[in-house]
Amino acid sequence: MYARVTVQHAAARIEGPLLFLKRTLEVGLNEAVEVRGADGRARLGRIAALDEERVTVEVLESTTGLALPDVTARFFGEPLKFALGPGLLGRVFNGVGQVIDGGPPLAAHREPRIEGLPVNPVARETPRDFIETGVTAIDLMNSLVRGQKLPIFSGGGLPHDRMAVEIAAHARLRGARPEDFAIVFAGIGLPHERAEYFRRSLETSGGLERAALFLNLASDSSSQRLLTPRYALTAAEHLAFTEGKHVLVIITDMTNYCEALREVAGAKGEIPGRKGYPGYLYSDLATIYERAGCLRGARGTLTQLPILSMPSDDIGHPIPDLSGYITEGQIVLSRELERGGVYPPVNVLASLSRLMKNGTGRGYTHPDHPALASQLFAAYARAVQTRLLASVVGEEGLSESDRAYLAFGTEFERKLLCQDGPRAFEESMEAGWGVLRRLPQAELTRLSDAQIAGHVGVAP
Amino acid sequence: MSVGRVLWASGPVLRARTTGSFQMREAVYVGSQSLLGEVVSINGEEIVAQVYEDATGLRPGEEIRGSGAPLGIRVGPGLLGNIFDGLLRPLSGCRPQYVEPGAGGGAACRFDFTPLVKRGEALGGGAVFGRVTPAQGRAQDCLVPPHVAGEVVDIADAGNHGEDAIVCRIRSAGGAVQEVAMGHFWPVRVPRPAAERLPSDEPLVTGQRILDCLFPVVLGGKAAIPGGFGTGKTVLLEALAKSCNADVIVYLGCGERGNEMAGVLEEFPKLTDPRTGRPLMERTVIIANTSNMPVAAREASIYSAVTVAEYFRDQGLHVALMADSTSRWAEALREVSGRLGELPGEGGYPAYLSSRLADFYERAARVRTLNGRTGSVTLLSSISPPSGDFSEPVTSHSKRYVRCFWALDIKRAQARFYPAIHPLQSYSEDAGELADWWVKAFGSVPAGAVAGRPANEWLELRRGFLTLLDEQVRLERMARIVGKDALPPRQQLALFCAEIVNEAFLRQSAFSDVDWYASPRRQAAMMRLIGRFIALAEQALAQGAPLERIAALGFLRPLQRMGEEIGEDRLGEFDVLAQRMEREFRGLSTEAGDVR
Repeated sequence: MYARVTVQHAAARIEGPLLFLKRTLEVGLNEAVEVRGADGRARLGRIAALDEERVTVEVLESTTGLALPDVTARFFGEPLKFALGPGLLGRVFNGVGQVIDGGPPLAAHREPRIEGLPVNPVARETPRDFIETGVTAIDLMNSLVRGQKLPIFSGGGLPHDRMAVEIAAHARLRGARPEDFAIVFAGIGLPHERAEYFRRSLETSGGLERAALFLNLASDSSSQRLLTPRYALTAAEHLAFTEGKHVLVIITDMTNYCEALREVAGAKGEIPGRKGYPGYLYSDLATIYERAGCLRGARGTLTQLPILSMPSDDIGHPIPDLSGYITEGQIVLSRELERGGVYPPVNVLASLSRLMKNGTGRGYTHPDHPALASQLFAAYARAVQTRLLASVVGEEGLSESDRAYLAFGTEFERKLLCQDGPRAFEESMEAGWGVLRRLPQAELTRLSDAQIAGHVGVAP
Repeated sequence: MSVGRVLWASGPVLRARTTGSFQMREAVYVGSQSLLGEVVSINGEEIVAQVYEDATGLRPGEEIRGSGAPLGIRVGPGLLGNIFDGLLRPLSGCRPQYVEPGAGGGAACRFDFTPLVKRGEALGGGAVFGRVTPAQGRAQDCLVPPHVAGEVVDIADAGNHGEDAIVCRIRSAGGAVQEVAMGHFWPVRVPRPAAERLPSDEPLVTGQRILDCLFPVVLGGKAAIPGGFGTGKTVLLEALAKSCNADVIVYLGCGERGNEMAGVLEEFPKLTDPRTGRPLMERTVIIANTSNMPVAAREASIYSAVTVAEYFRDQGLHVALMADSTSRWAEALREVSGRLGELPGEGGYPAYLSSRLADFYERAARVRTLNGRTGSVTLLSSISPPSGDFSEPVTSHSKRYVRCFWALDIKRAQARFYPAIHPLQSYSEDAGELADWWVKAFGSVPAGAVAGRPANEWLELRRGFLTLLDEQVRLERMARIVGKDALPPRQQLALFCAEIVNEAFLRQSAFSDVDWYASPRRQAAMMRLIGRFIALAEQALAQGAPLERIAALGFLRPLQRMGEEIGEDRLGEFDVLAQRMEREFRGLSTEAGDVR
């Protein structure tokens, strides 16, 4: 590494976010640059391409106000890094890792790259332990496991923010000390009042001491949005793998991140792919989501709960679609349930937790949990199908057992999904057995006779 | 060795001016970190190379060195039971927690080598000259590289040797002496030669009922598994890797999740092969290029995997290659193509997508190897179509080259009906070849109370099930308009039977301790039992028994749970269940007779 070098009068061209400089010194690809104009404001940038004469800098903020003669560029000689040290929790940062809560800056003990390095799959530990979120639709039906990345697919006007705050307040690990648990919250492109809501809610619930906030506001530049999750995750990795905490990272809203990526790619003149998003959207999202996990030999773990709003509630839109291919499942919120007054309005059939099998059942939650969840899924799927049938032929046209399923479906939504406050896992299990009693026992083909006898009633 | 200087760099693509000649597709090492790359175009003194690693810090003027050979991998006895990155560099052992750039191999392993040839013997390409027995795992043959042939001038004695140590010298007809180690180098993009391609009449037994019975694939066949996210592609591929009857499994995680790879790595050493009783890991090679690892290496990983598969095929083994997923590979192709400034075709993919897919799928085959044995490579590749739309380029092009199409259905997956293979959208062109094989499988199961079996029971039952499932969709559509009760009793029964086929036969949990694997004998017993049920139910209905009475018969619950309850070691219980079914139906008909 060499000293940071400042270069003046080298700018040759500015085009959108791209700044072309004459190459007067040895710099490398992807290294960080700080660009200043006549206004003296520092703008972060990154070396995007290099040849013998020219350096192409991608400026991560607005290039408005830059004029060729005034541009000074300071080359870092290394990629963007985040100076981290103890005392991260309880602090509030902006989208590029600068302290904005009025306190002193962090003491820098290490300076990891914000991009992170891909984890060697061999060094990964399989995620195992159950995290209790307090939401029955998640705990019982789509369990969250330590080290998992489980996004919430939501839409405008749906209560995903409320869910995020409640999960942040209640989430607990069975058998771990509360001080081992930390929350990193990354707000990307948040409107001002939403950022305030999160900060206030965390303060009132007492969660702020165990949380670090990274807030990129809607008014900040879109290229900065690309850095916010990376700074937040670098901090989370530090907490998890250096300080040994179990970290839950809540990122909202990934849709804003993808929009920013599309905007920046467009400005760079790249060939657009589906709906104008760049072809590498999948790989780019993977560099964020894949930073969740457990490392062999590390005490802490990193769990991600990203929130994304599906544009026009379309789950086939590239953002939820590509996210779903990377994340280990998804929690889908439903507008229909929300209108029907169900909170949290989780569409359990469209939701999925791929790692559920790793962290549930004997030794983790309850030996009968997997069978119960499987039976509830099968029955509710049938109930939804029957409801469709009933809407065409009317309830009179239905058979006895179909009517039982209809009643089960309503009870499932009213008694199991609906909840006033967080539920302990045992309460969720009890609610599950409760709604199954609505069905004739011959229909419970996914439960063993012993399970029926023990929890639902007398075996057939 | 040719060298060059980097002129321009952007992302994983660079241009360099060279002194000396480079070949197309030659492997190159770039800069002080020796990043591995490959030449993709040559224009006079200028070459374009794609770099397989993170090129952060790379600068113009750095050196680029040619390796003199196309991008290749070293195949040898160290492969089985290990995990590698997309360029077949070991990930276990000395590699650290994070995958850092810079080409580096793992420590060379040592093996106990036994020579199988003597000095003076003539050997052809691909011949077996020795055998290695690793400390754990199966014994493997050492092969002469396919393009080397001649007389053995020197062969090492039995003993412990390093993987790369020269153990054999062969003088070719021209007089040149070639040195041969236990492993050898092979360029990944070139298919390994075989003596001839053979037709196949044996199935890859997957242990999954819906596949083996309805949509079977032959050894040396190729199947595509398309499905949107959450439909269970990976779970299905992992289940196949655990339960199928191949000798060697090559599992390629191409652009997929790191946690999944960790799961495979943790689970496989603990599981045992249902046929040999040995740990599953001993027959498995894992190649992992997770979604956050460099994208250009993802493009190469699929070729590395199929080359490894062919290497084991050449030892006379049956190999199954699970590629998860080819869409990620195609996307890597698209991304690199975009960086190279090529014209985009359909969906932004380069115009050569289709021919690259064809190259890949054509490497599946059952062959007579150069040394006269029979081996096969079966390709099973998952496809992740955007928003589950099967008309997108990767799915539609793959469909032209595969013979089995196992379409995963989001509706079934949402009802947690696994494997979520849609029986109407899927097909297998291999079924006809396998009819005779199944005759034998059915023949080995005692017929019990069932009499009057057709000549080819499997084909008959398969046709019956598929027709029934097809009818179900039609009838359900009708029921949605007129109501289920308005259907005539025969059609209501068809719906009921289709439900039994789905619930009792096609549904199979990969996570169940009992049902994760179904042997052909168990499959035959279940298939026959359900076929008999359908026949008896139709007969009873014709004799006047109402559907409600049939649906209330006591054996139905054990019938629906038989996959879960009757394990491989208790196949006799299917007979007991069959007798109970016959008895209860007889009771029903006497009752109906009394009423009459």
